[in-house]
Amino acid sequence: MQSRRLFIKTSVVAVALAAAGITALPAFAADTIKVGILHSLSGTMAISETALKETALMTIAEINAKGGVLGKKLEPVVVDPASNWPLFAEKARQLLTQDKVAVTFGCWTSVSRKSVNPVFKELNGLLFYPVQYEGEELEKNVFYTGAAPNQQAIPAVEYLMSKDGGSAKRFVLLGTDYVYPRTTNKILRAFLHSKGVKDEDIMEEYTPFGHSDYQTIIAKIKKFAGEGKKTAVVSTINGDSNVPFYKELGNAGLKATDVPVVAFSVGEEELRGVDTKPLLGHLAAWNYFESLKNPQNTAFIKMYKDWAKKNNLPKADTVVTNDPMEATYIGIHMWAQAVEKAKSTDVDKVIAAMAGQKFKAPSGFEVSMDEKNHHLHKPVFIGEVKGDGQFNVVWKTPGPVKAQPWSPFIPGNDKKKDEPEGK
Amino acid sequence: MTPSRWRFEFTMTRYLTRFLCLFCIALTARAALDPALLKPLAADDADKRIAAIQKLGATANPEAALVLKALNEDNLYVASGRLYRLDGERAFDAASGDEIKPAPDNGEGITINNRVRGEVANALAALKLFDPDPAVRLASAMELQSGVTPEMAPLLARALEKESEARIKALLTLAHAEATLGDKDTAVRLAAVQALGASANPNTRNLLTPLTDAANEPAEQVRRAAYASLSAVESRLALGENVGRVFTGISLGSILLLAALGLAITYGVMGVINMAHGELLMVGAYATYLVQTFFRNHLPAQVDWYLPAAIPVAFFSAALVGVVLERTVIRWLYGRPLETLLATWGLSLILIQAARVLFGAQNVELANPSWMSGGIELLPGMVLPLNRIFIIGFSLFVLSLVWVLMNKTRLGMFVRAVTQNRAMAGCVGVPTSRIDTLAFALGAGIAGLGGVALSQIANVGPDMGQGYIVDSFMVVVLGGVGQLAGAVWAALGLGVVSKFLEGWVGAVIAKIAVLVFIIVFIQKRPQGLFAFKGRFVEN
Repeated sequence: MQSRRLFIKTSVVAVALAAAGITALPAFAADTIKVGILHSLSGTMAISETALKETALMTIAEINAKGGVLGKKLEPVVVDPASNWPLFAEKARQLLTQDKVAVTFGCWTSVSRKSVNPVFKELNGLLFYPVQYEGEELEKNVFYTGAAPNQQAIPAVEYLMSKDGGSAKRFVLLGTDYVYPRTTNKILRAFLHSKGVKDEDIMEEYTPFGHSDYQTIIAKIKKFAGEGKKTAVVSTINGDSNVPFYKELGNAGLKATDVPVVAFSVGEEELRGVDTKPLLGHLAAWNYFESLKNPQNTAFIKMYKDWAKKNNLPKADTVVTNDPMEATYIGIHMWAQAVEKAKSTDVDKVIAAMAGQKFKAPSGFEVSMDEKNHHLHKPVFIGEVKGDGQFNVVWKTPGPVKAQPWSPFIPGNDKKKDEPEGK
Repeated sequence: MTPSRWRFEFTMTRYLTRFLCLFCIALTARAALDPALLKPLAADDADKRIAAIQKLGATANPEAALVLKALNEDNLYVASGRLYRLDGERAFDAASGDEIKPAPDNGEGITINNRVRGEVANALAALKLFDPDPAVRLASAMELQSGVTPEMAPLLARALEKESEARIKALLTLAHAEATLGDKDTAVRLAAVQALGASANPNTRNLLTPLTDAANEPAEQVRRAAYASLSAVESRLALGENVGRVFTGISLGSILLLAALGLAITYGVMGVINMAHGELLMVGAYATYLVQTFFRNHLPAQVDWYLPAAIPVAFFSAALVGVVLERTVIRWLYGRPLETLLATWGLSLILIQAARVLFGAQNVELANPSWMSGGIELLPGMVLPLNRIFIIGFSLFVLSLVWVLMNKTRLGMFVRAVTQNRAMAGCVGVPTSRIDTLAFALGAGIAGLGGVALSQIANVGPDMGQGYIVDSFMVVVLGGVGQLAGAVWAALGLGVVSKFLEGWVGAVIAKIAVLVFIIVFIQKRPQGLFAFKGRFVEN
């Protein structure tokens, strides 16, 4: 309906101008292409998501400086869903119906993504989701530029079980109480079972969003770890709870050499507010670290630091880059490439053009969009926290890994198709 | 490596381990390390590196300690096959310890992972056992409580022989016992098992448990001794666990008390349903943040002391906000609880948005001063974090402050007089309206002090107050409106109960259970734990 109205409007203009025909339709549609940015700028997730908004704005400015897409400038539309999951759906609808954005970059928590999915499906919008997540989902209208479980969680636990990772035999699965940690831990439990770890050697604990008193949980971990066998903690704690968690961990003297903690939602940005000296050696698994040394990364870091200075971001001299920021950066560039290839911002055409897109990423590898499953082929890195809040890479895959959104460790997934329904 | 070279290295190492240690006391002069011993440190293979670290640890050479320390702190570099360590801007050759001038700039940093780091820590601890400073020896003896290997036994025995401090000696005895548990001699094993009975380390339990089994331990007397030691260790561990649980409960209770004390005055004593109470906590926390920023910018040397300076600042800024709220809004609404509730809720939203405009929507970072980081180790594996201990002390301080103000000063007497019988107090010349303002300001100021404490353990952000408003009302209502003593008991009780529940059913269910308990309790006993007795209750 809407596109037809747009068509009529633009045709009228076209006829009035007595242009040579119907060829240059998009050129008349608007002078800019609107791009939605849907990240929480307040509330419990602001600690993580604010940097993604800045990265998106920076990448858009970079593309515009090179002439934009299809000869048009990109125009960012920023909204703040305030860590409020239903508000994400409302804001998404606003972006699609009022602002008529061509594409949206946004969300961090899986619960926010689940809340906007129906909106993008109903209105046939396009969402780029930049954060590692639990899989178990494949939407035609969404591209996932973060890691699926086999690109983060599974390699991290395999590393902990390896000799260099400390040959862990018991595992504490600790998370915030919502869909991502619950599902990831379900997959990990099945994975650990397949490796011969018994249920009595797995402890699963959840805390509410914004939880700030980790005394009991740390005491429990200590007790669990004291019952013999090497223990490791797998943390899927999200948002600002990580600050009190790591503070308590440091104060309680739980060292990485005794009980290593590997986190899936803690990167350079989250550790900015924490004194990392007591956390030396705790781990994180990602597809990118700021400490990686390669020309793409050097340029990426410099671009972001300059951006922070130019725009006077809070504490601009200490800004860091992290994995979801890299994923946002890759996502926007790939979308721009796909639009150029499709010669249109039409959602269906862009989705078709996304397949097989390649991009030289700051991780130092050329990442590519899968031909079918809307996920990236990405390398996996495991890093240990250093005293300056950066990560020291201790393990990596030889090259990019294909994503498995349907984890083989969940029964019944082997029958699911590796591409979205209705494509 | 050729076999002859290997043999040379092997003999060298043997030489170093066997003999150098004997002279370690005499080793005041620096002795150069064998470069061949150092070379594997830069290897890719973790096993080779660990072997080299263990050898270095056994040398008892101060130079080896410096190398290991540099490795631990990411200060060890390799440039064209030669290892050197950086100390600030200066570079030193790892083997000889001589300064290299100019410092090489093409060096590649040697990074280590957790597994290697653990080995380095153990080797370092072993090297420091002979340090002249007792504090260093104590630290290294504590470090050695985990990860003792049988190879360390002779080293530990020597250290034990020379040790004079009782506390270090006790720790070393345990470590030595751990190292000799697998000895061939039954008498040595027996002595080790008996010595381990004095341990409070959870690891000991895992070491002793297999020895109670005849399959692992042939000698019956050792099995019996292991069993006795095991039960001693276990009862000590259980005690430690319960002490820890009570401590975390008291700690949570002290935080609840600090959050609720201000409300105990504004709501409890004055009867104002103050929904903006949480935001007064936030004002206190942001005031702390501003003081920290001020110290960082203007007094960087004294930055650790920003917290004491923040206490009066937070008190007066929150009190000032309280005065403004009372003068402009609340004083017009005394005696109309419903309107007060709505008006103060509106005020809380205004304050939250004001904080967002002033400081941004993101949480701000507050660092614990260094004297509040870390903890006191009561038993091995049971650490009481210092920031929690300080907060418990601080809550006692605030509590006594409030008690003195309310019971021993003229202001306190007037406040109590006005709240008990406003008309009569007015008749005898108490300026009731000014007392209202002062009392509200006092309550707000106390909330500001609560904010200082919260800033040390929780996140400081514009909506931080929202998380505490429910808890604060819970404490005041449970304790009995109008009672400071009630608030104290309620806060401690809720803290300990929720921590025990949390240990048992998890954080999510514990929160639900506590709320259900309070609903039931208030239905059975609406006046709370403590109730005023007397005539004025009736109005």
